[in-house]
Parts: sequence; structure tokens; C-alpha cells
Amino acid sequence: MNEEIKTFTFSIYTENNIGLLNRISAIFQRRHINIESLTTSQSEIEGVNRFVIVVDITETQAKKIIGQFQKQVEVIRAYYHRDDETIYQESCMFKIKSDLLFDEPQIQNIIKESNARIVTVNKEFFVLEKSGRRFEIEELRQELNKFGIMQFVRSGRIAVTKEEMKVTEMLSAFNNQ
Amino acid sequence: MKTETIHTKTEATKQTERICGSEAIIKCLIAEGVDILYGYPGGAIMPVYDELYKYQDQIHHVLTRHEQGAAHAAQGYARISGRVGVAIATSGPGATNLVTGIADAQIDSTPLVCITGQVPSHLLGSDAFQETDIVGISTPVTKWNHQVTKASEIPEVIAKAFYIARSGRPGPVLIDITKDAQFGELDFSYEKCTGVRSYIPVPQTDPNTLQAAADLINDAKKPMIVWGQGVILGEAEAELKAVIEKSGVPAAWTIMGASAIPTSHPLNIGMVGMHGNYAPNVKTNDCDVLVAIGMRFDDRVTGDLNTYAKQAKVIHFEIDPAEVNKNVKADVAVLGNSKDSLAALLPLLNKNSHESWLKEFKDLYDIEFEKVIKNDIHPTKEGLTMGEVLKEINKQSKGNAAIVSDVGQHQMIACRYSEFNITKSNITSGGLGTMGFALPAAMGAKMAEPNREVVAIIGDGGYQMNIQELGTIFQQKIPVKIVVLNNEFLGMVRQWQQLFFDKRYASTEMTNPDFVTIAKGYYIDGQRVTKREELADAVKTMIDSKDSYFLEVCVEKEDNVFPMIPSGASVSDIRLS
Ligand SMILES: Cc1ncc(C[n+]2csc(CCOP(=O)(O)OP(=O)(O)O)c2C)c(N)n1
Repeated sequence: MNEEIKTFTFSIYTENNIGLLNRISAIFQRRHINIESLTTSQSEIEGVNRFVIVVDITETQAKKIIGQFQKQVEVIRAYYHRDDETIYQESCMFKIKSDLLFDEPQIQNIIKESNARIVTVNKEFFVLEKSGRRFEIEELRQELNKFGIMQFVRSGRIAVTKEEMKVTEMLSAFNNQ
Repeated sequence: MKTETIHTKTEATKQTERICGSEAIIKCLIAEGVDILYGYPGGAIMPVYDELYKYQDQIHHVLTRHEQGAAHAAQGYARISGRVGVAIATSGPGATNLVTGIADAQIDSTPLVCITGQVPSHLLGSDAFQETDIVGISTPVTKWNHQVTKASEIPEVIAKAFYIARSGRPGPVLIDITKDAQFGELDFSYEKCTGVRSYIPVPQTDPNTLQAAADLINDAKKPMIVWGQGVILGEAEAELKAVIEKSGVPAAWTIMGASAIPTSHPLNIGMVGMHGNYAPNVKTNDCDVLVAIGMRFDDRVTGDLNTYAKQAKVIHFEIDPAEVNKNVKADVAVLGNSKDSLAALLPLLNKNSHESWLKEFKDLYDIEFEKVIKNDIHPTKEGLTMGEVLKEINKQSKGNAAIVSDVGQHQMIACRYSEFNITKSNITSGGLGTMGFALPAAMGAKMAEPNREVVAIIGDGGYQMNIQELGTIFQQKIPVKIVVLNNEFLGMVRQWQQLFFDKRYASTEMTNPDFVTIAKGYYIDGQRVTKREELADAVKTMIDSKDSYFLEVCVEKEDNVFPMIPSGASVSDIRLS
């Protein structure tokens, strides 16, 4: 009965309607499941949204939750994947005092080695952006923390799946009915 | 909603005409075949009421005495007829008062369309007078909901609402319409919705699963069917009967499935669940194949899941894929609607009979009869029992009445002892267990099917939760029969207090008013029965009455409902006393 808890990424293709976010998040809330991250954006299909939601649960739970998603009238299709079945990234931003760029020459090396990108620099502060896996972002944050970070923010996970998700086919099947 | 994001298929376009939103709402309802709707007026829905006034010869609005009554009446209407029930209310408190009925309809898969007025769109989010976020509030308890802020969106959204409410696994839909959308003008034409691209109402049936199901049933030595409301919602009664009769498989029902097959059918082995019959509960843990049809393995049906039907292969016929493997793992899941699946199953089944297996059910029934049923329906003690009242109602109505029960002991007794000849006759709040359901639901049921006898069976507690609907029954002259089984207790809770809380009767005793006088205050005739000798005549008077009639039966105060599976126990640990 003690099934292993794993990280699952849900990809949910939906109509673009107000209120759907509520329905989706309520599915987790009712079951007392914590959402690790949630991102929503336009998908590859015009007018179709895509949610990417990361949660730590058992596979049995994941299957049941997929059923609940698909039951929503405005959900077109929902999938879940393990980490090894997706290519995923997060991105983050740091706001740091500009003085440090000159006072602490190490910082320049850290930026270079971490493949972070300087988005803007002015007299007071500069902004650094980095995309990657969580541990890479975390490493960078810890390095920079030694010098002082004015602001830090990290996005939710975005992911594409290795497998094909046949949403377009589904939609054209509806149109041809 | 921007109209271009509605991906729906619609039927035949008509000519357009320029009208205002509120009139469009009424025209949409008429186009959907709505003859009766239930509701309560108020500021944000007044333009719609103004149109209801103009269209009163085409659509009948019933003023209930509370919006909860309107929602339950719409449910009763839907449950007895299979048509979509409609309730309407104003914003704020009007809308929130509908919520219990909506939640009840959601968990019992009842098709409802609820329309609420909303403050003008420019006031949304400003905490305006009677503004409430009813779309937010109703989201978890609706199949779909939507706010309309422009008159031009009304026809498409209402068409979609009706389609979603009645298709697939039915459910409640709420449409919230701002006052400016009601006042605004549009070029009206109505097209019925026939599809929504993101929504698959009925999943495809895989023929392999049907064959696998048939093989299991054909090879089974001790098969058992448990059917639920899916059979009634799918109008698959005849198909189920054919399957049962050909395969010879004994069949039990959940509360929501009651009446789909006549009570007297020899293969009908009774009710499963907490207060169900002894045999089907015990045999659930003895059968080799369990065929679940249009039921969802509610915890009140299964008891402890870890000890539920572990020995059996489980076949699950289900329209909603989310129900498959949700509570009980299915060895074979047949997706699709029950009518088509059962029709397709029939030719694959071998003609069979399971005489000795059926005899085992009979033997357990005899035990239950001795220990429980006999005392319930042929009591020898002085006090009246709920069971004998039901028995008398069966007799006088010849098993043709629709029984609308409330929630509590009387509900379990009504489900256990009602005799049903006609489908869609057991109307009760199964999933939510909403006290206060029966009186308004009975009213809605009687209006939907005026030719049917409709008898409400209610406890003295639940009766007082929506007793104000006597006003509606009186004003509308709805000839519904009302039976209150008065034990002067919140009986079911008292039973639990007796069995599990050492008889500490915390707040379950009721000092009741004179119910007959109250009924008479609403000009509803009635009487109170306290003795066995009076019962038969009183029930006869009630059934014979052409008008609404109120019957109070004072029953034994501390009777308990048995059998009982204590909550969390195994179905096979069902208690007979
Ligand atoms: C709205 C609501 N509140 C509380 C309950 C909990 N409850 C379940 S049964 C019951 C007692 C019902 O008493 P009564 O209506 O007198 O019927 P009886 O059990 O005596 O037949 C109560 C309080 C409920 N089901 N619904």
C-alpha cells in the first residue's frame, strides 16, 4: 500500500477561460495536495492554453487526478509524466548591487561559469537571469548569497514532453465530426 | 467569454430579431423545452422576472418560499422526469441559497440549469450591494459554470449550459448574468448546442472489454450485479432487466439505483450499503464476479475498502472514466453509457441460472426477515414503526407511487421497504444527504409528472428545514402527499449516539409544534395518527385525496434502523441488531 511518492509533471491543455484555474487548483486543494509549481501559458495550438503543474504524489494519485482534470468540461486533454519523460527548466532572476560587480571580481566569474545572463545594469543594481534545473539555480543562489542578493525570484517549472501529445488531432477530429 | 473562444457545435440557425438580454433568456428556456422553473425574485434578476410576466402563458414560474426550495424542486422535477430542472435566483443571498441544492445535484448527477442575476458588470469586484462571487463559490459543486456580462453571449452560453447539464454524466450548471447583460440588446437567434470540443460526454466503448466482461460473467459460479443510478440516468432499465434475466445473475442496487428494476423481480436481491439488505452485503464478500453498473462505490456502499470484495473479479460499467479505479480497482472496465453497453453485452452472455447461489441469498434474507424485517413491518409492540407505515403506503398506492424521502432513519426505511413498480420512483438525497430535500423535491416531482402519485416521507427534523414550502404547495395547488414520521428525535443521529456515544443524546431531542395545525394554516388538510388501528384508514384518506394531504405518524421514539454496517467496518461485518 505504501506507494512511492515521486515528482510528476502534469500537462493540461485547456480552453482559455476565466475560472478554469480555480477548477484546476480546487482539484488539488480538495485532496490536500500541495502544488510545487504551476505555470500557464499559450500552447502550440492557437487559442489553447497549457498548464504545467508539478506535484509530489504517488502514481495512483496522479492517475486519479488526471481523471478529475479530464472531467472538467473545458479541459481538452491532460497528461502526467515523470521527470525522465520530460525536458524541463525553471528560470530565475537576481537583483544585485552594481558596486559588487567591481568590488568583488569573483562575481564576474560566477556569472560566466553559471551561464547566467545580465539583463540590465545601472548605477545602483544589475539584474541577472538564469534558466536551468533547480539545483543549478540553487547553486547559483548560494554562491551569490555570500555577496548579498537584493531580490531573488524563481519561476515555476516549464516542461515539454518527449512523447507526442495528440491534442491537435483531437481538436481536428471534433471539427470534422 | 469572448464568443470566438466558444468551441461548440450548434444546430439549425433561425432568423434573428433584436431583443434585450432578459427576453433572450426566456426565449432560450422556451426553446430548450422548459415548461416550469422555480425561483425567487430580487434586484439583480428583476429584468428576467419582468419577461416571465410577459411570457407567463408559455412558461410557468413557481415562486418557492426559499431559494433552497427552488433548487430542490428543480432537482425533484429532473429526477422523476429525466428532463433538465431549472432554478433561478437573484444575486448575493439568492444565489448562495441555491448552493446546497447545486451541491446535492452535483454529487447525485442531476441535470440542473441555475440562472442567477448579478450586479451590473461595472460594479463587479466593488463589493456592491448583493454582490457575491457565485461563480467562485459554485465552482467546486457545478459541472460547469459561467458568468455572462454581455447580452450577445446569452443564447450561446445558455445552449451550452443545457447541453452540458444533460449530456454524458449529468450535473448542475450555473449561469451568472449581470444586470447590464439582461438590459442590453442583442440580435437574437437560438441554436441548440450539440457538442463542445473539449468535452467528451460519453467515452467510447472498447469491444474487447465487453467480451472480457461477458467471459467473466459466463464463467462465474457466484456472480452478483450491483447497479446504481447510471442505469436510470442512461435509461437502461430494459437492457439491465434483459441482462439479468438471460444471465440469471442476482442483482442488488444502491440507493440511487432503486426502482430501476421492480422490487418484486425474482432476481432483485435488495439494497447494498450501510443500511442495505443483509444478503447482498454479506455476499459482496463471497461472490466470484462483482458486476458494478453505473455506480461509483460510495463509501456508504463499500464500507472498509480494504476488505471489500477482495475475492471477486470486478467488472465496472461506467460513463465517467474518473470513477474507474477511483475507489475499487476494476479487473475489467467497460466505458460508455449503460444503455448501449448493456445492449451490446446481452448477445455475448450465455443463458444461465444460478439456482443454488440464489438460494444462498434467500437463506440470508430469511435470517434478516426473522431478526429485522418482521419486527419492522409486522410489529407486535405497541408503538408504531416507520416500516409498517411504508408497508401501508405500498399497499394503498399499489407500489406505483414515487417516494421522495428526506434524510435520516425514515429515508433508510423508505429505501428498504418501498415497493417500486416504476423506474425513477426513488427520489432522495443520496450523496449529499441533505435534510430539507424532500418537501421541495416532492413538489417539483409532482409538477413534472402530475399523473403520478408522489409521496414525501420526511422526519420531524428535516421537515422543519424547508417547511416553508407548504406555502408553495398551497399557492400552486400541488397535490403532493406529505408524510412526517415523527419520532421527536433527530433519529439517525440519536441512533449513532445510542450505539457509539453511550446514549449521550446531545441536542437530538426535538420539542415539536402541532404539525397538523401548521398544515391546516396553509389550508392543507391532514391528520395525526398515533395508533395502529388508525393507520390504514389514514393512509387511504391520504392516497385517495385529490389535493395535497398531510399525514403525521407518531412512531416509536427510539427505534433503530438495522441492518447496519458501522462506518469504517467491512460489508460482511453487517450487524442485525
Ligand atoms: C442539512 C443537514 N444537517 C444535518 C444533517 C445530519 N443528520 C443526518 S440524519 C439527521 C437526523 C434527521 O432527523 P429527522 O429528520 O427527524 O429524521 P429521522 O432520522 O428521525 O427519521 C441529521 C441531523 C444532515 N444530513 N443534513
